[in-house]
Amino acid sequence: MTAPRTLYDKIWDDHLVQEDADGTCLIYIDRHLVHEVTSPQAFEGLRMTNRKVRAPEKTIAVPDHNVPTTEGRDTHIDNVESRIQVEALDKNARDFGVQYYPVSDIRQGIVHIVGPEQGWTLPGMTVVCGDSHTATHGAFGSLAHGIGTSEVEHVLATQTLIQQKSKNMKVEITGKLPAGVTAKDITLSVIGATGTAGGTGHVIEYCGEAIRALSMEGRMTVCNMAIEGGARAGLIAPDETTFDYVMGRPHAPKGAKWEAALSYWKTLFSDEGAHFDKVVTLKGEDIAPVVTWGTSPEDVLPITGVVPDPESFKGGKVEAVRRSLAYMGLEPGMKLTDIAIDAVFIGSCTNGRIEDLRAAAEILKGKKIAQGVRGLVVPGSGLVRAQAEEEGLAQIFLDAGFEWRLAGCSMCLAMNPDQLAEGERCASTSNRNFEGRQGFKGRTHLLSPAMAAAAAIAGHLTDVRELV
Amino acid sequence: MDKFTTVTGVAAPLDLVNVDTDMIIPKQFLKTIARTGLGKNLFDEMRFDRQGRENPDFVLNQPAYRNAEVLISGENFGCGSSREHAPWAIKDFGIRVVIAPSFADIFFNNCSKNGILAIPMPQDVVDVLMEDARKGANARMTVDLGNQKVTTSDGQEFGFQIDAFKKHCLLNGLDDIGLTMEKAAAIDTFEAKNATLHPWV
Repeated sequence: MTAPRTLYDKIWDDHLVQEDADGTCLIYIDRHLVHEVTSPQAFEGLRMTNRKVRAPEKTIAVPDHNVPTTEGRDTHIDNVESRIQVEALDKNARDFGVQYYPVSDIRQGIVHIVGPEQGWTLPGMTVVCGDSHTATHGAFGSLAHGIGTSEVEHVLATQTLIQQKSKNMKVEITGKLPAGVTAKDITLSVIGATGTAGGTGHVIEYCGEAIRALSMEGRMTVCNMAIEGGARAGLIAPDETTFDYVMGRPHAPKGAKWEAALSYWKTLFSDEGAHFDKVVTLKGEDIAPVVTWGTSPEDVLPITGVVPDPESFKGGKVEAVRRSLAYMGLEPGMKLTDIAIDAVFIGSCTNGRIEDLRAAAEILKGKKIAQGVRGLVVPGSGLVRAQAEEEGLAQIFLDAGFEWRLAGCSMCLAMNPDQLAEGERCASTSNRNFEGRQGFKGRTHLLSPAMAAAAAIAGHLTDVRELV
Repeated sequence: MDKFTTVTGVAAPLDLVNVDTDMIIPKQFLKTIARTGLGKNLFDEMRFDRQGRENPDFVLNQPAYRNAEVLISGENFGCGSSREHAPWAIKDFGIRVVIAPSFADIFFNNCSKNGILAIPMPQDVVDVLMEDARKGANARMTVDLGNQKVTTSDGQEFGFQIDAFKKHCLLNGLDDIGLTMEKAAAIDTFEAKNATLHPWV
């Protein structure tokens, strides 16, 4: 009998091509997602060395990071450098024959939303992309993580990656979530508890009753931010929720292959007694709607809290918090609900899926965005956008005073024209609150879509529980 | 890839924790399709104001550190995105070694692919190196990869650990892809087996 294995161990074992004596492993990659920003140098490298893409049928490209989210982008992009990158991706996709969703295709969107939506992402797979939020796909029980451009080139050429095995970490969320608390609050609360380096060197498996109760959209939100907790990948064992989501998607297996896949997928869970190097447990009941106050995703507090005092921290964090508060324009002791905002961004690979838009629209229905606040809704894909229009959500956003945009990464990283002005403060459903992330000297507060919608109405950060 | 053997040079102290990739190279510089030329934008938003004027307080703008080849910093260096533009900018600036108590995984990996040595060392050692770096341009630190040793300007020596494969690639400037291509038969075998076991992939 083999020793009990974790879910991560099982996926790893099933993708091990070769292990050298020094422990260096060659891992097979089932799906390689590619976008315009981190791939041009990799394709150029292939050209320079006369190499081909080994498995173009397993390589999926889509422009998302710097595409404008306004009409007309399929014929013209104003920013010359962005245009060159998108054109380079068009050409590379064509020249190397990979699967491609250009901006003119309704299926275009954020790479981490397109992959699952089209059924490219399946349980038990290895998935990589030149983007750290590749962790999103772990929601399917696939081993998914970000890679650098050199590794993008390596995967294009060999369909493998050179890897050292990570450690196993278990994050368990027990019990039930209180009303008004969402997947975003779970993932931010975990980072708040463990710190942005808490998962470094580990692959996290999220489990427990509160995780099981989440939809696939919610699970993707949780895994998406595993990287903000320092972990390369986050995983959730597949179950009926997963299988229901996957079944019938364009690239999901059909017929006999579906049955074969299903019986394999049902073996993908951590065995009883499997070893975890680190275990963190949070009670679902204890999780509140949270926001970030600083410039690191670990700077998380329940919305009922106050801006902390730098002196209450230890070591290098004291100076970091001082710097953070100066950047954010906040004073210790200030109530988080007193923080006035200038902008609201709803979207990103963290919270740009249909369920996120539903949650925000639910709060906004019949309400108006506060005067002076700018609101932007950017669906995660063309298909999410179409569905939201069909469900009447788009009209709710428009009636509330939000702008309704085309799909892309948009203001999550502000590589396209969607940016904060200097000093502007944004309630954002994205994943990073780093200095300058949403625009030079822009200030970001991370929160859930429902909390973002509530902030939009109030004009300041507020507790969504008071509105439901 | 450039070989890495020994570097002797000025070390710049950047005493901050959680230095993220948006700090190292802000996103407006990711719109390049080249690997080179990013050094001038390294730490852009800390180094320059909006008009492009240097911030005299930032360490790499101080005369002593303009040609730094080593960077000493706080824990969780390189957290955030997977952008390889971060190590490209560091290298293009002229820095070949980054020493910190800990690194984010993806950044750490990206460094070795570009001939940059990222060395995790215990906090108390980093504290000593940070103090040494503060001594300015005359205090030159030596980083010897072959012997896995950092020597401060006053001769204190500290050993460090590195993965044997990474060390081998760095010392010899080896290209990973070429090495993996030599294992093509093993990849073929894997693909054939997987086509039977998991035909839906």
